[in-house]
Amino acid sequence: MAVSFDEMNGFGGGLRAPYAEFAGWLGVQRIEALSLKSSEAETLFRRSGITFAVYGDEDKSERLIPFDILPRIIAAAEWRRLEAGIEQRVKALNAFMYDIYHRQEILKAGRIPEELVVQNKAFVPEMVGVDPPRGIYSHIVGIDIVRTGEDDFMVLEDNTRTPSGVSYMLENRETMLHLFPDLFARNRVRPVDEYADCLLKTLESVAPQYLATEPVIALLTPGPFNSAYFEHSFLADQMGVELVESHDLVVVDGELRMKTTEGLKRVDVLYRRVDDDFLDPLVFRPDSLLGVPGLFDAYRAGRVTIVNAPGAGIADDKAIYSYIPEIIEFYTGRAPLLANVETYNCRDDDDLKYVLEHLPELVVKEVHGSGGYGMLVGPSATKDEIEAFRAKLIANPSNYIAQPTLALSTCPTLCDGLVGPRHLDLRPFVLVGDKVRLVPGGLTRVALKRGSLVVNSSQGGGTKDTWVLQD
Amino acid sequence: MLGRAANDLFWLARYIERAENIARLIEVGYRLVLLPRVGDSFHKEWQSTLESAGCLQAYTNRHGALDTAKVIDFMLFDTANPSSIATCLAAARQNGRAQRTALTRDMWQSLNGSWLEFSAIKPSSVTSNSLPELLDWVRSRSALYRGALMNTILRNDTFYFSQIGTFIERADSTSRILDVKYYHLLPSTEMVGTGSDNIQWSAILRSVSAHRSYRWVFKDSYKPWKIADYLILNRQMPRSLRSCYDELTVALNDLGQLYGQRHPCHATAEATRDLLIEADIKAIFQEGLHEFVQGFIGRNNKLGCDISQAYHFTG
Repeated sequence: MAVSFDEMNGFGGGLRAPYAEFAGWLGVQRIEALSLKSSEAETLFRRSGITFAVYGDEDKSERLIPFDILPRIIAAAEWRRLEAGIEQRVKALNAFMYDIYHRQEILKAGRIPEELVVQNKAFVPEMVGVDPPRGIYSHIVGIDIVRTGEDDFMVLEDNTRTPSGVSYMLENRETMLHLFPDLFARNRVRPVDEYADCLLKTLESVAPQYLATEPVIALLTPGPFNSAYFEHSFLADQMGVELVESHDLVVVDGELRMKTTEGLKRVDVLYRRVDDDFLDPLVFRPDSLLGVPGLFDAYRAGRVTIVNAPGAGIADDKAIYSYIPEIIEFYTGRAPLLANVETYNCRDDDDLKYVLEHLPELVVKEVHGSGGYGMLVGPSATKDEIEAFRAKLIANPSNYIAQPTLALSTCPTLCDGLVGPRHLDLRPFVLVGDKVRLVPGGLTRVALKRGSLVVNSSQGGGTKDTWVLQD
Repeated sequence: MLGRAANDLFWLARYIERAENIARLIEVGYRLVLLPRVGDSFHKEWQSTLESAGCLQAYTNRHGALDTAKVIDFMLFDTANPSSIATCLAAARQNGRAQRTALTRDMWQSLNGSWLEFSAIKPSSVTSNSLPELLDWVRSRSALYRGALMNTILRNDTFYFSQIGTFIERADSTSRILDVKYYHLLPSTEMVGTGSDNIQWSAILRSVSAHRSYRWVFKDSYKPWKIADYLILNRQMPRSLRSCYDELTVALNDLGQLYGQRHPCHATAEATRDLLIEADIKAIFQEGLHEFVQGFIGRNNKLGCDISQAYHFTG
């Protein structure tokens, strides 16, 4: 595989400008002192309770996502580019969803195969004709961005359903400010702490139109056993809104209400962090006891706003992904500012043939998979693993897409008492309401194993603080 | 506030208070067992201790015969015992985690820290020498949590429901200690109070951390009726039934004011408080202490139910 671009040293052509100040500092740090800071960070995280549960973990104890104390730094100009590309992308994604749940112009124009949308598991027919406030379906979007060169940023994945990780962006920064106040005095790092405020403003801006009063907002969580529960309670706390579970909610007279100590109280905007399937058993999962019966009717009648909207998953479906450049052009009339990663749809015979011939070089993913589960990373897989995957692929080609193995950029990372390059990606969190809000930063995920390209926390990845510098 | 949140906060406070009370009970029981005595009279100690903690039946089902090491393990570490310190700390932390947004950082960190540290203790590592230190630690963690609550929380419903849980649990605990221990000590209604019982009397007072304050208040040796008076009717003694009901009525009135509405639970609490204000210890003994205390436990439980109903604890 080709040499990777390093965020601090480029392709080896010398120190990159955004890291100049930081590299000077790093150069004079003793490794023992850094290791000490690292364990101090772990203590801070454990005490504040930022833990997550890993599915399939034998003992159900709570684990910490490893935190690396060396930041990832983005220059002001780089961020401006990303910002423009991200804004263009989320506007197009929302326009796409409005279209496919209404007139379906893009399908009529033949730009996307119709069956790919309407027969997609992520397409929710009940949403056809529904008008969400401001026509927005995905209000909170996490865009996974990778980098392979000085000017080569690419979108690897969009997360338009219930993206998580923003609490790490915020707590990582808090921890860094606590551990290295001097570093922040020497670098002009843009703050991220207005995120909760931006989120609240976004949620308020999409409240039902008829309201004459301040909208009441609640955050819906599956409960303390969910892996992202910390984040749910963290965000509810930061915004000062109620954290509810589905059994705290009931629909009465067409209104969504929560069961409080003073009786039932109306909810106007529901920021849900549960899957579509667990919203309303009357509509989505008749066999399920979870969810709030009647919620979808209240939503359809415009009495409550669900954020993100049901059916928003259609925009981050991996089979739709390869059409996103088309989608951006169709709705904005302009070429995409941020590139996609070249993608082979295995449902297509030619693509499948190519993929089967090049498995050792490719990354193959399940169309509906997430979290790094059920994927094949060709270059690091054994022959047996590749053959086993080949069989699955042939059995059900349309369940898979494939992409070339990218040489993800690296960044200096403290591992096992040494500083060395590790591969990483970036997930900024975009808010779409009365306007698009983007806090300068994001979640940088880093593969802690040397040479590994899988950054998911469920697969042993860690996180870093993400610095966006001011001009 | 959600009804479920109020329920969690109420029980969180009860579990913290319970852990502290259980620690005190073990401490006192162990102290008595260590005394030189004839035959297997230690049985009586552990039996009354388990009874005071409300888990004698659960113990018998699990271990059968009374055994010092087994009793201590059961009350400290056994997660099958719904009132063990391990169960209390885990349940308190679980409730706290579910209501993370209602707690301040200081409250959460003390709660989480207690659970993390206690989980790390190996039951086999607890020796008779280290037991007192461990029990002290449990009490200090409870004090730390209460301190964090008092010093950092807004005086709103979160605080009021925490107060209510604390004092309902405390009233329950004090009344049980009184009932069980007193009953074992005093087979007849006669006031014996001979010198040989002194250790036993002081044990009752120790169970509620009041053996020294008793002297300050009464300037007298331990007398059964004074001890009963102290634990039931004294308004200065912070673990007396009267004190608990003073605190409960304050918290309930504050809650009523915050929400602008009173419920049947307000009347229930005030009626019990009035009873404690007007009662006279002689009359209580004439009617029968056991009957009085049993009546109180029933009233205290009813208050818990009334509160749960008034504030929609279960939706």
